[in-house]
Amino acid sequence: MNIPENLRYSKDHEWVLIDGEIAIIGITDHAQNSLGDIVYVDLPKVGDHFNAHDACGSVESVKAVSEVFTPVSGEVIEVNETLNDSPEVVNKDPYGAAWMVKLKIKDAAEINSLMTAEEYREYLNNNT
Amino acid sequence: MNLKKTPLNEIHRNLGARMVEFGGWEMPVQYPAGTIEEHLRTRIFAGLFDVSHMGEFLVEGEDSIDFVNFLTTNDVRKLKNGQAQYSILTNENGGVVDDLLVYRFNEKKLMLVVNAATTEKDWQWINLHKSKFHVKVTDVSKNFCQIAIQGPKAQEILQQLTENELSQIKYYHFVEGKILGFDAIISRTGYTGEDGFEVYADAEKADKIWMKLLDAGDYGIEKGILPCGLAARNTLRLEAAMSLYGNELSETITPLEANLAWVCKLEKGEFIGREALLKQKNQGLQRRLVGFEMIDKAIARDGFDIYAEEKKVGKVTSGAPAPFLKKNIGLAFVLIEFAKIGQEIKIDVRGKRCKATIVPTPFYKRSY
Repeated sequence: MNIPENLRYSKDHEWVLIDGEIAIIGITDHAQNSLGDIVYVDLPKVGDHFNAHDACGSVESVKAVSEVFTPVSGEVIEVNETLNDSPEVVNKDPYGAAWMVKLKIKDAAEINSLMTAEEYREYLNNNT
Repeated sequence: MNLKKTPLNEIHRNLGARMVEFGGWEMPVQYPAGTIEEHLRTRIFAGLFDVSHMGEFLVEGEDSIDFVNFLTTNDVRKLKNGQAQYSILTNENGGVVDDLLVYRFNEKKLMLVVNAATTEKDWQWINLHKSKFHVKVTDVSKNFCQIAIQGPKAQEILQQLTENELSQIKYYHFVEGKILGFDAIISRTGYTGEDGFEVYADAEKADKIWMKLLDAGDYGIEKGILPCGLAARNTLRLEAAMSLYGNELSETITPLEANLAWVCKLEKGEFIGREALLKQKNQGLQRRLVGFEMIDKAIARDGFDIYAEEKKVGKVTSGAPAPFLKKNIGLAFVLIEFAKIGQEIKIDVRGKRCKATIVPTPFYKRSY
């Protein structure tokens, strides 16, 4: 299972890349693998505000639908529109081309509550 | 919970399958190729399925035919040696205890193939009703592996493992033959909407047969055979509009409601549930199983409510994207006055009413 070292992780299997005051969010390799072939990605609108752990979108596979929770609070400044037409990218490149939402971080302290790659790896080992 | 394992469990893991619980069994839900690719490969070439979790009961003795005829809705007397039949085990209310295949070896020997999750329940049910008949019923599920090879190339691939002339086996017929020299029941049946075979063999031979079929089907080579998990099995059967027990069929649904009147031979003589089914037929159905296609971009899942003219008229029993047809489809029970082709309905998809139309079934029909 691919777990990049430079990202932070949530218990709901989202990843966050912190870039200054911007958080880029997507779902992990484990999440896409559990869901199977992804056929729809539903994303929020630019300007939407979310608190940490709010559902900000959903990912639907052949088998099931799963909500995407934002790991940190903030305002949506960009969403990855290409996923509307090419949802399968989530299966192919979950940490790269399949980023989902860019948020302007409201409370930088929340980042500390997210797991590191090592912690997430251990979390997966204990919970799957 | 201790999950049951098929003889192929380790092979699935080695092939990279993701394993899930299904009806008390640990089964592969998908392999690395993914559900969509597994589905498409079965439609255009061939797919391989481990269905060893299914239950098999032997019914032997002079009353075998009368007994199974009393338990099931189809007419077992119509079966010839070497022929199989789709049928339904009904309860006194006409509800479905299970759906099954009945194989006739000879007039004193039949085999019932039942669903994995209901094997124990069916066993109890069958034994509860056998006292008046001279029969011996044996649960032989553990002895058998069951491997399905499905798709347009299924015959060509399986033929490489057997000297039995497969082209001579007609649809819903079987032979007691040899696969790789091992005793096997070779049956031209399946649950995908494709032509294909289901092979029953000694559980200990499962790995050899499975690996040889992958080999013969050019697994690993581009466009070759793929092992397929439960997820592809589900989307394949859904495109073919075949019922899944627990979704379209249950103890509180009758086969008449589920469009299975064609296997309900109400004039064949007494059987469990006949009175109730006759009464329902005479009074007319209140609801019926239909197929629908989404118009709005959404997937309806089982349990979602269906509306028409602003009132609730039914419930989805199965829904998924159809990988081959590239549409979102589903099956649902709707009130009889709305159960007509072309009827527009709305399905509540997580709070959003999405448009759909009732369409003819099967959604997919093979062209060969």
